[in-house]
Amino acid sequence: MARLKSPAELEALRNRILAARDPSKTRIAICAGTGCIALGAGDVIAAFREEIKKQSLEGEADLRETGCPGFCEKGTVVVIYPEEVCYIRVKPEDVAEIVSETVKGKRVVERLVYTEPETGEKLVHEYEIPFYKHQKRLLIGNNIRMNPRNIEDYIALGGYTALAKALLQMTPEQVLEEVQRVNLRGRGGGGFPAGKKWEETRNASGEPKYVIVNCDEGDPGAFMDRAVMEGNPHSVIEGLIIGAYAIGSHEGFIYVRQEYPLAVENTGFAIEQAEEYGLLGENILGSGFDFNVEVHRGAGAFVSGESSALMTAIEGEVGEPRPKYIHTAVSGVWERPSNLNNVETWANVPLIINDGANWASIGTEGSKGTKIFSLVGKVNNTGLVEVPMGISLKDIIFKIGGGIPGGRKFKAAQTGGPSGGVIPEQYLDIPVDFDELAKLGSMMGSGGMIVMDEDTCMVDVARYFIEFLCDESCGKCVPCREGLKHLREVLTGIVEGRGKKEDIGLLEGLGHMMRSASLCALGKTASNPVMTTLQFFRDEYVAHIEEKRCPAFVCKALVSYDIDPGKCQACMICLRNCPVEAIEGGKNLLHVIDQEKCIKCNTCFEVCPQRFAAVRRLSGEPLPPPPPPEERALKREKQAAQKR
Amino acid sequence: MVSLTIDGKTVAADEGKTLLEVARANSIDIPTLCYHPALEPFGACRLCIVEIAIGGRKRLVASCNYPVEEGLEVHTASEGVIEARKWLLEVLLARCPNVEIIQNLARDYGIEEPRFVLEDEKCIMCGLCVRMCGERMGRSAINFVGRGVDRKIDTPFHIQTEDCVACGACISVCPTGAIDFEEVTKHKPLPILSEFDQGLATRHPIYVPYAQAFPNVP
Repeated sequence: MARLKSPAELEALRNRILAARDPSKTRIAICAGTGCIALGAGDVIAAFREEIKKQSLEGEADLRETGCPGFCEKGTVVVIYPEEVCYIRVKPEDVAEIVSETVKGKRVVERLVYTEPETGEKLVHEYEIPFYKHQKRLLIGNNIRMNPRNIEDYIALGGYTALAKALLQMTPEQVLEEVQRVNLRGRGGGGFPAGKKWEETRNASGEPKYVIVNCDEGDPGAFMDRAVMEGNPHSVIEGLIIGAYAIGSHEGFIYVRQEYPLAVENTGFAIEQAEEYGLLGENILGSGFDFNVEVHRGAGAFVSGESSALMTAIEGEVGEPRPKYIHTAVSGVWERPSNLNNVETWANVPLIINDGANWASIGTEGSKGTKIFSLVGKVNNTGLVEVPMGISLKDIIFKIGGGIPGGRKFKAAQTGGPSGGVIPEQYLDIPVDFDELAKLGSMMGSGGMIVMDEDTCMVDVARYFIEFLCDESCGKCVPCREGLKHLREVLTGIVEGRGKKEDIGLLEGLGHMMRSASLCALGKTASNPVMTTLQFFRDEYVAHIEEKRCPAFVCKALVSYDIDPGKCQACMICLRNCPVEAIEGGKNLLHVIDQEKCIKCNTCFEVCPQRFAAVRRLSGEPLPPPPPPEERALKREKQAAQKR
Repeated sequence: MVSLTIDGKTVAADEGKTLLEVARANSIDIPTLCYHPALEPFGACRLCIVEIAIGGRKRLVASCNYPVEEGLEVHTASEGVIEARKWLLEVLLARCPNVEIIQNLARDYGIEEPRFVLEDEKCIMCGLCVRMCGERMGRSAINFVGRGVDRKIDTPFHIQTEDCVACGACISVCPTGAIDFEEVTKHKPLPILSEFDQGLATRHPIYVPYAQAFPNVP
């Protein structure tokens, strides 16, 4: 493949690719993102290959392994084009039927199609499914339409048009102005105006200047950047080159965390192919602009996602944050001006260059464009959702997310990872954007959104995040290192029933100290999960401390399991399922839990038939003594009488 | 030259100086633990924090590495600063209840008994030893090991290291006496006899290596 030497050649190549592709030809798109691979997509893909051969359809049906479309709850996702029939939860055993019925016979396999939970209606096409319908998928919409390892798929979809426009029709200043005009704000969590950072880097003195993609994505439960980096690496590379042009940088790094091997691989392929096609390297598209980029792998530290720590890691040192009085835009990697932005921020740049006005028409006054959220936790449609800024939290969770499973009640949404906060029910109607959430004392963060229901203990949530940070703090400064240690100590005491009245004051004092005195943003925001849960769910803390009660029945030390002798029907189900054989009883003999053996695993509670509901959880109240051995004969008449 | 105010007093300072340097030059005392004039500022202990205001926005910064700015308003002992220092010293005392320098500093701020679970560490993780060994002696025989709340200072692979030249610089700079030389090296530091005291006293054998002049031979 000869290097493209001008936008005209790129355009000609695009037309050739499109001409060679018959839009009416059957194409089977199978999600090969990390989530679906974990669900067995590899076997599904192999099964399709075999079946196509078996049914002699080679040449008639194309197979495409694609990026992640985001409907992770229903993986493995398969979409058959051109009809756009969307199949979910596909297993290798289903493949033969799909090929003969849909590919050959143009019929729909009903059982594999999405079913509307309320009405039972079958929704065949991706665009009908509420999960997709209410999103605005500018960034991840193309994932299912392309193989990330084939640059021609990206080009066919219009890829690198923005690059050609920026390099050959705009000056670096014009590119910078455009990004500033539409007010692109960083998607990594801070929401800082990207154009401002670009300008500072551009104006700083020192060569070479570096541009960096932050794909460290360490927040537990967040995988937005993973889907973009794995599924459409070219979108990020294109944005990076455009940004480099505006800033005056010719060297870039894509920092991908160690734990994303597929993203590392696919980005590597993308860079290789872009170089081959003349979209990276010297004299890109004949513009005279040179740019090179390499992938730098992380080494397993959350703190390396902090921009100054990331740059220290690129230098080959241990990832430790530096004080930010001197901006990294002025002195970053090897003390050169360095501009770092998140994966999603860079991916927005080509959209802005192609049609900035349209991009800016989406979102709110202060927060333009879309945001990808990883919607996880107690929600029906777990996965990645891309929505316009300003959509309400309620719409994300209920319209798109399909609400809380099992008919449970929404309690809170946790956003922003370990640096973020919880948003309780009273704020469900809040428009989600940078400023509205900040007003609440929470933050949108990089996009992690963990939905919690009535069975979630907010004290335990705080403890979980603090535990995470105890391992991930770099440990350099006293407030963060020692502060986290004692936050963990106090919170563990509270969930284990050793809480004292002074504990809340200690948590608040430590939190305040960490916020004001820590060296970096990790330390400054480390106490947020504690502070926001205290702000909105103080009553849970008080219950744990003063009543030794866990309202959500989560904290094992505060929960006991008991079988109500008035309801037990001696059906033996709990007895058989108890993993530690802690239940005594037998046929017609009331079941009793041996509290010494009980490990509070919740199994008996879950397996006791609904119509008996004899197992109950107690917290903060004394356990009633079990019926004495002589009185354990099941007396159905007595129970019946009690019921009357 | 820039002009700024510290505790209400207007002072002039050379550009590039830190708030700590300027404060001390003006007889304003700010407590420090990890600061040493011979080493690059580290900013880890956070005791030197001061409150700055610029354009109405107030925040706490470490004075040891914050560069002076025109028109900066600095308060070295505001309510916010004292409050933060108290908590810092309380958690430090909980970590090192038997270390004299911590006990003294804590007492200055009214902290006697920490309200937290006590450890019994000697090392306050100020990093002076690491930085002295790395920056000044060029050896890096000891360094920070691990991450997070369990971070320590140790030798490579936790065994005696040949990288250590037994100069004793780390011991001379450690504020708490936490270094056990035997854990670092099998060599013993040899004190040098002081010519000034006619060989009756000893001084620390710190050798600072520096490049020697080479004859400019064509």
